[in-house]
Amino acid sequence: MSKGDRFFDGIMILDLRKFITEEKPYWAELESLLSRLERKIELNLDLKGLQRLHYLYQRASADLARISTFSAEPATRLYLEALVSRAYGEIHGSRRRARRFMFGKWFFSSFPRTFRRHIRAFAVSALAMLVGSLLGAALLILAPDAKGDLLPFGHLQGDPSERVAREESAAGDRLADGKATFSSMLMTNNIKVSITTLALGITWGIGTLVILFYNGVILGAVALDYILAGESVFLLGWLLPHGAIEIPAILLAGQAGLVLGGALIGWGESIPMRERLRAVVPDLVTLIGGVALLLVWAGVIESFLSQYHEPVIPYGIKIGFGVIELILLAVFLGRCGRASQASKRPSGEVRA
Amino acid sequence: MRQARSHLLTVLTPEGIAFSFHLAGPLTRFMAWAVDAAVLAASMSVVAIPARILGVFSADLGQAISILLFFAVSVGYRIFMEWKFGGQTLGKRLLRLRVMDARGLQLDFSQVVVRNLLRFADSLPLLYMVGGLAGLITPHAQRLGDLAAGTIVVANPVLPEPDLDQLLQGKYNSFVDYPHLTARLRQRTSVQMAGVALTALLRRETLDPQARVELFQGIADRFRELVVFPTEVTEGMSDERYVRNCVDVLYQSK
Repeated sequence: MSKGDRFFDGIMILDLRKFITEEKPYWAELESLLSRLERKIELNLDLKGLQRLHYLYQRASADLARISTFSAEPATRLYLEALVSRAYGEIHGSRRRARRFMFGKWFFSSFPRTFRRHIRAFAVSALAMLVGSLLGAALLILAPDAKGDLLPFGHLQGDPSERVAREESAAGDRLADGKATFSSMLMTNNIKVSITTLALGITWGIGTLVILFYNGVILGAVALDYILAGESVFLLGWLLPHGAIEIPAILLAGQAGLVLGGALIGWGESIPMRERLRAVVPDLVTLIGGVALLLVWAGVIESFLSQYHEPVIPYGIKIGFGVIELILLAVFLGRCGRASQASKRPSGEVRA
Repeated sequence: MRQARSHLLTVLTPEGIAFSFHLAGPLTRFMAWAVDAAVLAASMSVVAIPARILGVFSADLGQAISILLFFAVSVGYRIFMEWKFGGQTLGKRLLRLRVMDARGLQLDFSQVVVRNLLRFADSLPLLYMVGGLAGLITPHAQRLGDLAAGTIVVANPVLPEPDLDQLLQGKYNSFVDYPHLTARLRQRTSVQMAGVALTALLRRETLDPQARVELFQGIADRFRELVVFPTEVTEGMSDERYVRNCVDVLYQSK
């Protein structure tokens, strides 16, 4: 007889049938209670209900311990393991119980507060795009012949003044039968770029910085090209109405990517990476959700307003509209949700 | 708190109870993904119907709605399914897989969103190469999206429901005529040995004939070492029957 065998000498083997028959009603009650809680996320149990849940969980845990020790057949043990693991998740989950998602509260409070909480990541995001813009502008000055390689879109590769003259003299509405389609294409493309910018945060933020930098290069080169051609007013009238929202939205996606990268790197943080990631995951969802909404707005404006120039719409109106948008966005991100800021941390605020 | 082996994630609760999750392998996950890709393709054709109807009135609007719906379905299908159906898409349900929180806690909505949005990184450069590689080298078989969101994908294999009545009853167990020996058997049999004997009986139909004979011979010999039943009872009794009688004594007190 081995040492291990001797250790268990004297333990009576469980009467499996009796045990299961006696305990099954408690397991069924726990299962039904858990199903109710999982089905209706806003369900809050009263004190009596909570005590009962805790009792049933402890009873099922004890049964699992017993049945594991007495080496019962695998099916019962696996059933109990599944039951105890569900109850464990319900009882030990540290998050607040999910509530019905309130869009207004989320957009006007959680989103700007999340932005402010990670303002340094936003600053790095803006800096990456700014450095890219400066390099794009410098490249255009140093190597004007490389403009075709620098700018990926055909309509940007020609002479800015020729484009301005062509679009200002256009007789009809060139987007007459395609504004909605163009708008939806812009929205989906920009949201995809934003999601990629966030997702590449998993490369310790390097991929995110590359996307921001590359977009900055294009923006800087285009802007300088139009400025050098004396088309600054057209540039502002064309870019500001949608760019006032679209560019900050891409920066916010970059902010989300850098928050993810920062959690992976964890400079000066003593908590493990897993916990750091867990802490920022709700913020990433809040940021990318806000970005998607901003890009829907930018897509509509780009298709229905930005593409129309003088004499159809005076540049003053377009530029004024863009400036107002920019101010409102700054006020929204900088001020909204301050009243409730002193309350709880918004971890897990985004709930379906 | 947790200890992981290659295919298991064990969670130890503050009550001292341990339960394990079987981590899903890359092949089953890929199969579930392929099923979901087929479901998505089918959904796209369904989604195209209202867009086509709208296109009768305005081609522009119909086209726009179709682009937006395609995008919403392709990004939102897995998020919606995993959140609403306890971590399971149709593909995962079919392959008996489930997304879970890596600590055994409830799956949070933000975890579902992040693990699915990070597919954009996992699918690089093509065919989920980055995600597949990450799944192979991380201890809990997590792709990058799972790592960021703190989730795991577990497998729930179907286990045949054991029929103790069919196993242990039906024939008279002659060992119970010797209560002092059965009491000794119950006292001397270790937990591990009882478990091995019961599992062997439950799985006996899945064994090769030769392996089945050898296995039950080995187990019966171990039982014979512990307690010697009278020869008139055991004479002519097969090893498998011997083990069956022992398990009957061990698991069902009369």
